[in-house]
Amino acid sequence: MQNLRYEAPETLADATALLAAEDGMARVLAGGTDVIVQMHSDLIEPDLIVDVKNIPELTEIAKEGGAYRFGAAVSGKTLMLHEDFNKTWPGVMDGVRLIGSLQIRGRASVGGNLCNASPAADSVPPMIAAGAVASVIGPNGARDIPVEDIVTGPGQTCLDKSEIVVSFLLPERPPRSGDAYLRFTPRTEMDIAVVGAGVNLTLDDDGACTAARVALAAVAPTPLLVAEAADALIGTKVDETALEALAAAASAACNPIDDKRGTVEYRIKVAGVLARRAAAIALERAGKNQ
Amino acid sequence: MGMKPSPYATKIPYEEKDNKVVGGRPNPADRSDAIDKVTGRARYAADYNLPGQLIGKVLRSPHAHAIVKSIDTSEAEKLPGVKAVVTRDDFPDMEVEHAASGELMVNFRDVTRNMMAREKALYDGHPVAAVAALSESIAKEAMKLIKVDYEVLPHVIDVRDAMKDDAPLLHEELFTKGAGIEPDPSKKSNIATRMESKLGDIEEGFKQADFIVEHESNTKAAHQGYIEPQASVANFTEGGTIEVYTGTQGHHVFRAQIAKLLKMDISKIKVVPAELGGGFGGKNNVYLEPLAAQLSRKANRPVKMVMTRDEVFRATGPTSGTNCKVRMGCTRDGRITAAQAELNYQAGAFPGSSLPLASITVFTRYDLENVLVVGHDVVCNRPKVAAYRAPGAPMIAFAVETAIDDLARQCGMDPIDFRLKNAAKQGTQTHFGPPLGQIGYMETLEAAKASPHMNEPLGPNQGRGIASGFWFTIGNDTSATINISEDGTASLIFGTVDVTGGMRSAFAMIVAEELGIPFEKVRTQVGDTSALGFNFMTAGSRGTAAGSMAVVKATRDAIHRACEIAARKWEVETDQVVWENGHARPASANVGDFEPLSLAQLCKEATWFGGTIAGHAEINVAMGGPGFGTHLVDVDVDRQTGLVKVLRYSIFQDAGKAVYPAFIEGQFQGGAVQGIGMALNEEYIYSDKGTMENPGFLDYRVPVASDVPMINTHIVEVPNPDHPYGVRGIGEVPIIPPLAAISNAIHDAVGVRLLDHPMSPPKVLKAIDEAAPAQAAE
Ligand SMILES: Cc1cc2nc3c(=O)[nH]c(=O)nc-3n(C[C@H](O)[C@H](O)[C@H](O)COP(=O)(O)OP(=O)(O)OC[C@H]3O[C@@H](n4cnc5c(N)ncnc54)[C@H](O)[C@@H]3O)c2cc1C
Repeated sequence: MQNLRYEAPETLADATALLAAEDGMARVLAGGTDVIVQMHSDLIEPDLIVDVKNIPELTEIAKEGGAYRFGAAVSGKTLMLHEDFNKTWPGVMDGVRLIGSLQIRGRASVGGNLCNASPAADSVPPMIAAGAVASVIGPNGARDIPVEDIVTGPGQTCLDKSEIVVSFLLPERPPRSGDAYLRFTPRTEMDIAVVGAGVNLTLDDDGACTAARVALAAVAPTPLLVAEAADALIGTKVDETALEALAAAASAACNPIDDKRGTVEYRIKVAGVLARRAAAIALERAGKNQ
Repeated sequence: MGMKPSPYATKIPYEEKDNKVVGGRPNPADRSDAIDKVTGRARYAADYNLPGQLIGKVLRSPHAHAIVKSIDTSEAEKLPGVKAVVTRDDFPDMEVEHAASGELMVNFRDVTRNMMAREKALYDGHPVAAVAALSESIAKEAMKLIKVDYEVLPHVIDVRDAMKDDAPLLHEELFTKGAGIEPDPSKKSNIATRMESKLGDIEEGFKQADFIVEHESNTKAAHQGYIEPQASVANFTEGGTIEVYTGTQGHHVFRAQIAKLLKMDISKIKVVPAELGGGFGGKNNVYLEPLAAQLSRKANRPVKMVMTRDEVFRATGPTSGTNCKVRMGCTRDGRITAAQAELNYQAGAFPGSSLPLASITVFTRYDLENVLVVGHDVVCNRPKVAAYRAPGAPMIAFAVETAIDDLARQCGMDPIDFRLKNAAKQGTQTHFGPPLGQIGYMETLEAAKASPHMNEPLGPNQGRGIASGFWFTIGNDTSATINISEDGTASLIFGTVDVTGGMRSAFAMIVAEELGIPFEKVRTQVGDTSALGFNFMTAGSRGTAAGSMAVVKATRDAIHRACEIAARKWEVETDQVVWENGHARPASANVGDFEPLSLAQLCKEATWFGGTIAGHAEINVAMGGPGFGTHLVDVDVDRQTGLVKVLRYSIFQDAGKAVYPAFIEGQFQGGAVQGIGMALNEEYIYSDKGTMENPGFLDYRVPVASDVPMINTHIVEVPNPDHPYGVRGIGEVPIIPPLAAISNAIHDAVGVRLLDHPMSPPKVLKAIDEAAPAQAAE
């Protein structure tokens, strides 16, 4: 770590060029709540740190028509202070609000949460459930990638080493839509999800579910988008039977491991419980969003 | 412990009187340490820096059990910036020699092996070498260049596995010693000691029982979880002396241990105790100090060493993991007739768990006729255990207090009434030794019974649990000095390290009370080893209880001196002068008509009349004044996730007499929170390779503030008859009941009995799911 170089470029082009030129280990730095911790515990010894917080595209929140676009390095706290975004995407904000503590959220970004590629990242399942798309840029140009396709394994993403996530686009919300995210941790804060479940749904005028997306955390090597669980809701009134089916589908999709944070048996069971509870909250929120 | 009480030990009888300062509630911000701690000015060990200091780091074994065949440090020594490397070859071997180190005993043969592995590495994290270099990164780089040749051996982690006949053996020279093992065993074992204590006839007791309950509990090792990692700065001077700045609960004991380990004279070493960021028994043992001193000697420069959290978890003492078996019987009307227990305690890599203490506490709340307690002290490939707040007691209380709960249920009795019916009182014969003196256990039960907590309504899946705990107060060597400054203000130097932060204020209150001057006019400080006679550690709840005995004696000594000055001025005898309300006065009208003299006035006269006013005490305080507490807890259990939420928590504990009530309440709360954390989530988790999987606060889950409710406290006051202010030790009792109380509350809420620690969500959910068919059938 004796030759660590720190750069804070102000344009996307400079950032990607710096990353592309580095032969050793380079790390993008957003809030640093993963990067710095990993450096302190000797897990990584980067040669180059590229701080992206001075690049405007990564730090803005803006409406594009009815859709929301926010920068990958926007801090959790900044999102929490954005009233309309909170009203529109309460489930995404459930995830953001759970990250660490007040101090951590003052720095931690959704982009960092995603690119750290932990299967337990809290903002990722509700972002997947929301249908968020990441705008990625690299030396060879830009591409759009659905959030569920970014993480490919624990600590691994589909990004090239000189690519960065610029921003996320969340689609326009039809009326009577609601989303929610719940995670299970033994403690109330400062803990890592043993299981997480995000549900996003839309109802028609009769209260029948017309669209749904369900995503799970910490039950597989990557966050999971579970189509079968969504199918259990679509076309129903999200009644007891549908919720039972949702829970069963969520549990069935799990491919967890036994580790210090939970057992296979426990994670499978609780994934169903949480998916069900999250769907109930999303339903209630959808009902209120006429 | 186990030591015979000395006839020369000091007791000072309790005096019932109206105190002006003691027992009051000074503004907490007037605690002399408070503001500095809040603003960050307080100096902890890692805040000490000496000119030219090097940074020391420890290379640790990655294996749970391995022969250290060779260590090659040559490449590391060549790295520019490396100033010294030490290994086992730099420390003299030690003979078997036992000494008290806080509440636990140590053996110097093992202490030297624990601080630096010799023949074998016995746990993941065991030091094998240490480096001092110009910077931390150079030291880390150097560690990568040290070549250690290990021969990895099979390891054993769990206490029950370690007791098996075919278990891998940690020590070649270990044969089980102790009670009931004759003839001497010929087979080596990991069981270092067997202990036994009994009362009456256990078989007869069970014959009289109408109901019998058997519990087998298992607990995982839990760490003290202090926020401040171990840190030390050592300076070995050209003059052959050592100064050490360190975080310790007992600087005199550390000094003696460093002297022994480095074969030096005790007087050549000065240990300065820094402000302490938590100890809870975990700072009763030397780890870095001898390494830093030896590195400093080799490098000829001061050396600073600070552990990482990972090192703290892997290599400093947690408490023992345990296996406990309890069998208790009672009559139909709720009288306990027999109580039997087997305690199997992990000692870690070297013998000496908290077993001797734990076995004293097993049933010591109840008035019993027939008792049998057997215990085993068992080595396994884990860090050597250290004391942790009431060492060993929470784990056996887990088994016993849950059995009491089940017995009460079988009798159809309220659990508090059942305990009251069997409660120990003055004169109750203990199973380990002397009968109990004046105690306040029943009073804590009565207070719990009468508390508003008992009337709080409970919802579905909510339950209430109760449990009690006992701990003693140790005495031991204690010294203090008080100097009255020229302006009549007082400066107290004491040596029971202020591990809680409240002792300085409690002693200031006592000095103010004795001298009759305002609290603000007393400054109190912990002196380093060169300032005072020997002080035993702050351990065994003795800090305020024993420390204040020396403080009272020293202050009374200074008062005597003040009276002597007045007597000389008035030309009367010293015993004709009394001290009242901060003034020397004639003892009676017969002595003469003299204006009373204040401390400040006497100071002005002191030079002429013989010299400065000061007092000191060097005493061995008699052990005594045990404490009892009862806890009530309400929990909510999530039947689908197994999450246990603590809704309400109340503590009723006998503090003897409270010197500084707000601080006693803080101790009650802190102890209970540690107990709650231990009960619900804290545990050492090992991989199949015997390495620790969760050496950090992310996965070693101590509670965060939002996990616990405000904890209600109720101070019961039954004075300790052998203390001038009636003080009992109070710091340890509050960690004892939570495990059992929470298990009892879970049982009340959802009808399942948890005896497997921690009562974490997966275990609770499993127990609920397993019980569901039977519960549905009922
Ligand atoms: C005490 C504590 C508690 C925590 N609790 C939680 C929790 O409850 N839930 C949770 O999910 N996480 C938690 N975390 C982890 C962390 O805070 C989150 O993952 C956070 O969102 C990371 O964001 P960041 O901006 O700090 O990322 P950084 O640390 O800056 O970066 C994280 C990773 O993403 C990469 N990266 C960052 N931005 C980009 C980008 N725009 N393009 C490409 N790569 C990028 C970095 O190179 C790095 O590999 C906790 C961390 C701490 C220290």
